[in-house]
Amino acid sequence: MITSELELITKALLKGQANRVKTLTTLAIENGIDPRVIFERALLPGMQFIGRQFRDNIIYISDVLIASRAMHAGLHVLKPLLSNPRQSSVGRVVIGTVAGDLHDIGKNLIVMMFRGAGFEVIDLGIDVQPEDFAEAIIEYKPDLLAMSAMLTTTLGMISETIRELERRKLRHGVKIIIGGNPTSQVFAQSINADGYAVDVFQAVDLALKLIN
Amino acid sequence: MLIVGELINASRKAIGEAIKAQDVEYIQKVAKDEFEAGANYIDVNAGIFVGKEPEYLQWLVKLVQEVVDCPCCLDSPDPKAIEAALSVHKGTPMINSISLEKERYDALLPVIAGTDLKVVALCMSDDGMPETMDARLKIAEKLIGGLVKNNVPIENIYVDPLVQPLSVNSSFAVEFINSVEAIMTQFKGVHTMCGLSNISYGLPVRKFMNQAFAIMAIAKGLDGLIINPLDKMMMASLVTAEALAGRDNFCVNYLKAFRNKQFDFLG
Repeated sequence: MITSELELITKALLKGQANRVKTLTTLAIENGIDPRVIFERALLPGMQFIGRQFRDNIIYISDVLIASRAMHAGLHVLKPLLSNPRQSSVGRVVIGTVAGDLHDIGKNLIVMMFRGAGFEVIDLGIDVQPEDFAEAIIEYKPDLLAMSAMLTTTLGMISETIRELERRKLRHGVKIIIGGNPTSQVFAQSINADGYAVDVFQAVDLALKLIN
Repeated sequence: MLIVGELINASRKAIGEAIKAQDVEYIQKVAKDEFEAGANYIDVNAGIFVGKEPEYLQWLVKLVQEVVDCPCCLDSPDPKAIEAALSVHKGTPMINSISLEKERYDALLPVIAGTDLKVVALCMSDDGMPETMDARLKIAEKLIGGLVKNNVPIENIYVDPLVQPLSVNSSFAVEFINSVEAIMTQFKGVHTMCGLSNISYGLPVRKFMNQAFAIMAIAKGLDGLIINPLDKMMMASLVTAEALAGRDNFCVNYLKAFRNKQFDFLG
């Protein structure tokens, strides 16, 4: 009984039916299903499936966005019912595209997948200065800092930001992961980042691995 | 319709490697192919080579102009690279591109001011990328105003309203083509141009979408494109779209394309 209700939610999510996800989620709650169970067994697996399909080039950016909208419709219903969001999240991530770089499509997809995977995400947006990353670390005390650069000319701002954190003695308290076109595993190691992910899906796996 | 051949770009793998290996023959073959396919300008870009960009850009210009009688489109935000390329360029090149981002604007304006260089004016500012027609128009107005005030004839300005991916926002194509129309109407004598591939980013069958988008933009007045001129279907579509848009008297260019066998790929 529960399983079939949850499956319906997942199915609607995969089809990108935001209103249906919202209605079914509300109904499930009225039927006494634990909001956490709805999140973990309906919304989360849905977004994970979307992530895999996107990684394998079976679906496209627009497909991911419409599924994500559906996920958020469900989350919107669940959020007030899930206890303390900090307690219920698997971890807290501060994310941004580095200074001088305005690319946000990849970064936004990561934000969605992280939220889908149960992370609490603080998105600083694009063109984020090293000092602003540092301030955010002080303010939010995240488990993880994720930085993106899409240009060879802005790649250096990743290492610049890490140096800024080191200067302010903030580096040890946070794991750092990086991604974006010109980045690589070798680059990540050379600048003393904790990890590099080649795609959205790997990024989630990497993040989970690093905080556990 | 002004065609800028986009192929000699270092971020394309084959070209990046050819530049690194100083492969004269390959670069010159691409330039010749683009010119013969109908390119009016040959874009040259060495942007991935930090520190060596001026040297390589200059080298590319020399190579290209050895084999084709055609101006180049100098593709760099760095005035040092542009000046190095200008020093060897024959004829009047196009600069790709100035924008309203302060650093880029201040760096490139002195190079362009008072010259007869053609210039691509990209609708981007320090406030980020414009998403609506209004935001684009505001930037275009400042760019055109600034350039004209610095003695750049309006006929030499090619405004690029900035193409953004349809996959992230369903109104991005419409906002773009409406901007083309508004810019062409409000600033008499100015041109508009753009690259296409951004529109289809993150979607399948990109070539097809790029082509449909080009045709729609041409209908609204777009008169320049940075494309792969070896794409026969695209080139045939462009000449057809221009005729349909009422910019080809007596269908002269359309018929010429037909007689030059540009439609023969249809079989």
